[in-house]
Amino acid sequence: MSGVMKRMGMIFRAKANKALDRAEDPRETLDYSYQKQLELLQKVRRGVADVATSRKRLELQLNQLQGQSAKLEDQGRKALALGREDLAREALSRRASLQQQVSDLEVQHQTLQGEEEKLTLAAQRLQAKVDAFRTKKETIKATYTAAQAQTRIAESFSGISEEMSDVGLAIQRAEDKTAQLQARAGAIDELLASGALDDQSGLGSKDDIQAELDRLSGGTDVELELARMKAELAGGPSAQQQAIEGGTPGAQQQPQQTQHRFDKQ
Amino acid sequence: MIVRIMGEGQVELGDDHVAELDKLDDELLAEMEGGDGEGFRRTLSALLDKVRELGTPLPDDVLEPSELILPAADATLEEVRRMLSDDGLIPG
Repeated sequence: MSGVMKRMGMIFRAKANKALDRAEDPRETLDYSYQKQLELLQKVRRGVADVATSRKRLELQLNQLQGQSAKLEDQGRKALALGREDLAREALSRRASLQQQVSDLEVQHQTLQGEEEKLTLAAQRLQAKVDAFRTKKETIKATYTAAQAQTRIAESFSGISEEMSDVGLAIQRAEDKTAQLQARAGAIDELLASGALDDQSGLGSKDDIQAELDRLSGGTDVELELARMKAELAGGPSAQQQAIEGGTPGAQQQPQQTQHRFDKQ
Repeated sequence: MIVRIMGEGQVELGDDHVAELDKLDDELLAEMEGGDGEGFRRTLSALLDKVRELGTPLPDDVLEPSELILPAADATLEEVRRMLSDDGLIPG
């Protein structure tokens, strides 16, 4: 038969082993979980920055296209004043194509702006959650450390050993794990709810038939524009005798800008 | 191995001392089961003295699982008997 100290040791161990896994420190688990949440937050913030950058780039392209469009309209007007209807037709045709690009870009711009707002909101809400988690984590860690210290003090007075306090730690660890899981689930819910995880690849795609229809409708617009300008010229004084070198075919052979799709980096 | 004296703390003992302590420990158990209160107190005191003499105290900021556990110096036979009853040291 074993002695008193062996039997006491056996009883302690049997009780403690039932309740705990010694390998894991709940404070480390909490810190790891917080680290993961910070990484997630960083990703969302990078997403916001990417979308904002793309939006600004679209704005620049829009300004550029609108400038070119105005210039072509001016050239068409001058060409018509000089009796060069063919030249005017060419200028307006190019302008119609630019206008189509402009309206495509405007749709994309609007979509991006919406995405940006949603992402910003999601990032703010996630930040608040992560902050709250950090506070709670520190509280739990402090409580844990205090409980450990308290155990040692109590032990020296009443003979309660650390093997007993481990039962309490197991409960604490279970609570910590629950909090960690809740925080993680909450963060993912935020992202899903905000649409931050949505695919944005469907922007502005077009098939060939639509392109052809657009081209045809662009031609009609040119005819209408021509008629409008003719009427304008017939009505008002056509004293614009300036040279229209800028509108000559040679100077207009700049390749059309066709890159109008938002290119994600 | 690590031995805890309840109410005092932990000491580290070389394995070669265990046999020496075993004799006193078995004696203590026999006295407890036989209800010899006086003998129990005497043997417990001798056992604790031996552990303190042979062991090296662990620093206060170290917590190691104890392999052997001894009752506190002022523990009575009844208290130890209760601790070793079916319910053990921790109820439930």
